[in-house]
Amino acid sequence: MRTMEYPRLGEKVFRQKLSNGLEIVTVSKPFHTKSYAFFAARYGGMDLRFRLGGRWLDTPAGIAHYLEHKMFDMEDVNVMQEFARNSASDNAFTSNAITAYYFTSTANFYENLRTLLRFVSTPYFTQESVDKEQGIIAQEIQETEDDPDWRVYANLMECLYKDSPARVPVAGSVESIRQITPQTLYDCHSAFYTPSNMVLVCVGNVEPDRVAEEAEAILPGEGGPAIDRDYGREESPFPARPEACQAMEVSMPMFLAGYKCTPPDGGEAMLRQSIIGDMACDVLFGDSSPLYTRLYEEGVINGSLGGNFDMLPGASYVYVGGDAKDPRRVYDEITRQAEKLVREGIDEAFYQQIRRSAYGGMLRSLNSFENIAISMAEGYFRGFDYYRFPEVFDTVTRADVEAFLRENITPERAALSLIHPKE
Amino acid sequence: MTRQMLMEHVYLTYIPSEKFKTSFLSAQMAAPLEKDTAGRNALLVNVLNRGTVRCPDMAAIGRELDMLYGARLEPTVRKKGENQLFGFVASCVDDRFLPKGEKLLEKLTDLLGEFFCSPATKGGRLLEDYVESERENLADLIRSDINDKRAYAARRLLEEMCAGERYGIRRMGSAEDVEKISLQRLNRHYHDTLPKGQLELFYCGSAPEQRVAGAFTRAFAALPRRGGLEPVPTVRRPAPEQCRIITEEMDVGQGKLCIGFRTGSADMAATMLMNAMFGGATTSKLFLNVREKLSLCYYAGSAYHRLKGLITVSSGIEFQNYDRAVEEITRQLEALQKGEWEDWELDGARQSLLSGLRSMEDSAGSLEDYVMGQAAAGGDETIPGLIAAIQAVSPERVREAAEAVKPDTIYFLKGKEERV
Repeated sequence: MRTMEYPRLGEKVFRQKLSNGLEIVTVSKPFHTKSYAFFAARYGGMDLRFRLGGRWLDTPAGIAHYLEHKMFDMEDVNVMQEFARNSASDNAFTSNAITAYYFTSTANFYENLRTLLRFVSTPYFTQESVDKEQGIIAQEIQETEDDPDWRVYANLMECLYKDSPARVPVAGSVESIRQITPQTLYDCHSAFYTPSNMVLVCVGNVEPDRVAEEAEAILPGEGGPAIDRDYGREESPFPARPEACQAMEVSMPMFLAGYKCTPPDGGEAMLRQSIIGDMACDVLFGDSSPLYTRLYEEGVINGSLGGNFDMLPGASYVYVGGDAKDPRRVYDEITRQAEKLVREGIDEAFYQQIRRSAYGGMLRSLNSFENIAISMAEGYFRGFDYYRFPEVFDTVTRADVEAFLRENITPERAALSLIHPKE
Repeated sequence: MTRQMLMEHVYLTYIPSEKFKTSFLSAQMAAPLEKDTAGRNALLVNVLNRGTVRCPDMAAIGRELDMLYGARLEPTVRKKGENQLFGFVASCVDDRFLPKGEKLLEKLTDLLGEFFCSPATKGGRLLEDYVESERENLADLIRSDINDKRAYAARRLLEEMCAGERYGIRRMGSAEDVEKISLQRLNRHYHDTLPKGQLELFYCGSAPEQRVAGAFTRAFAALPRRGGLEPVPTVRRPAPEQCRIITEEMDVGQGKLCIGFRTGSADMAATMLMNAMFGGATTSKLFLNVREKLSLCYYAGSAYHRLKGLITVSSGIEFQNYDRAVEEITRQLEALQKGEWEDWELDGARQSLLSGLRSMEDSAGSLEDYVMGQAAAGGDETIPGLIAAIQAVSPERVREAAEAVKPDTIYFLKGKEERV
């Protein structure tokens, strides 16, 4: 057990790796009423092709998410009832890169922790229950099909990526999920839900030793082999397609522009790159940037304009979008502003302003237990300690941000996804 | 938690806490929700957000907030019972995490005060540019609620069900009404409303109470104070004899079903519990039956509008499953009315409600919303009081609360003919 103090954040963390390879991170919050546990596997929507027992398996799009839904089924226990009875509310999500199960509780933390560890480590699938889930997930997918915010994003990813599974929606499609059987779910569970491919993050007034004891008692003693994953052929630095358009029931045009970025190396370089990428977005189109304030005052954009830098396995990109009467104009202005910043450099006073604001924003995100847990889990899977961000932040310079803009925010790397109102 | 009068018609709620990385501040006024003023109040806060005498434009405000380590200050418009709550919420990194000697609180309260008391003006009037651009943006924003079909259907249900009641008025007014607001009208509205409204201030963070009270007092010293604008009590109505059914079409692939009920019971704690068992949690009857047993949907849930005495059910279904879904939702309500449930259902719902209430103290935003809701709608239950009330509810009271729930309106958003 290692105890780590982070005086700049006012945080204390206990870390331990069990002999089965499970990493346990306990973030101490002695003054809060609620406690939170987050149990995650490094397995997400992009992990479609992998090697199991020496054989490459191709699995249907949406399987990690389907598995997440089905994990709540147990032969003898109703998981949601158990949580409710013990004052916890539970949920789960699947992203491109991870699947996570979590609960918040104000009492009976260890009972709830046992329930969490048990149901996530116990696969139980029957043909009947797998079939029944088709209707529920089909409606979940159908809802996203009617959601313009989601469509504009999905269409952009198809533009940006040619071979990477980043272009495949995490939930898959109504067609792809029909191919899922109990056997494919068992295969994926046994490949990815091994202690050495998982992390347990607890946040609250909890005892780290007790957490480790419970995890050791419930989880398998063996960790499981490392998993080879295939994220497709190496992507070209340029988008597969420059543009996508779709008509939907919306009140005004909507757009999302994407800039395909060079994927960062692993480890702390990734944390550093994410800080640089986020600051580049603030400088380029953040609420207080010259571009944003000018376009807003000219009536070209409204308060909906926003975006960020995002990292996925083997891929990263900047996205920016919102509602606008003339989306192409905004898109052109953003690309031109990036060129101007590269040509003339970022104003030093403005850079210092953004620097302060960005640091404050990272501190602010630590108000949320969920943000803490996600950042800790992703950091662990990527090979860095998220709570080192103040030290990493200190090393970022204006030249880093300018270099990021120069390399990534160019017309060649850009794609545009548009949604326009139906006539 | 304390509440004190800072000056005539200005109250401060103060909650000391060292749990958070940020301090949370708020300044709100409450007014009866009315068709004529809903849009004006919403537009007013958006215009005030554009500039002050000291920080006359977005770039200047942005610079000020960035230099306060990414402080936030944003306009908010909320519906609380049949009143509208409008103003600003703000937050900044707590001094404990800043380089020595940095103090943000006073700078942020100053800016907050300036938003109310010294907006950017020309010849004594709010700026025409700002009014025009915010008017257009607000109308666009109100119209854009069609983009989110789930929220759109929920809003249309309330509009139809509560037509003729304050509760049926949209939170920010209608786009058409907003578009008609002139510079003169808004200017007059600013000068009328500001002195009349009761100002509710809120602080949650690590600064001592005296420092907070001092900072707010200084920031709002120039606020004209007269009083006269009072929130109104909520009017409850019975359900009609016959449930009304409204169907609309749009080019969508999934239908949105919303059902509105009137709750006749004055027993709020029992109705909260009854709603949690009905559709308020993942162990509820709607989740377990409409979703898990019949696989009709991905989501099926209910919300209790406790300040108004309504329950609304919302679900996304295939068009052809309309009858089955309505039937099943009705059946689940009937089960509660007959007292048909297992012990764990009541127990689970009770624990989940209590846990939610207890966790509120871990979120400054939730506390602010609760406190401001009480101020606007006139409730006087404290959170510990609500916890005790929910612990005391008997199964019989849950059944009685369920019996008093009557359907009022069904709203169904379905696809256009050619797609069905």
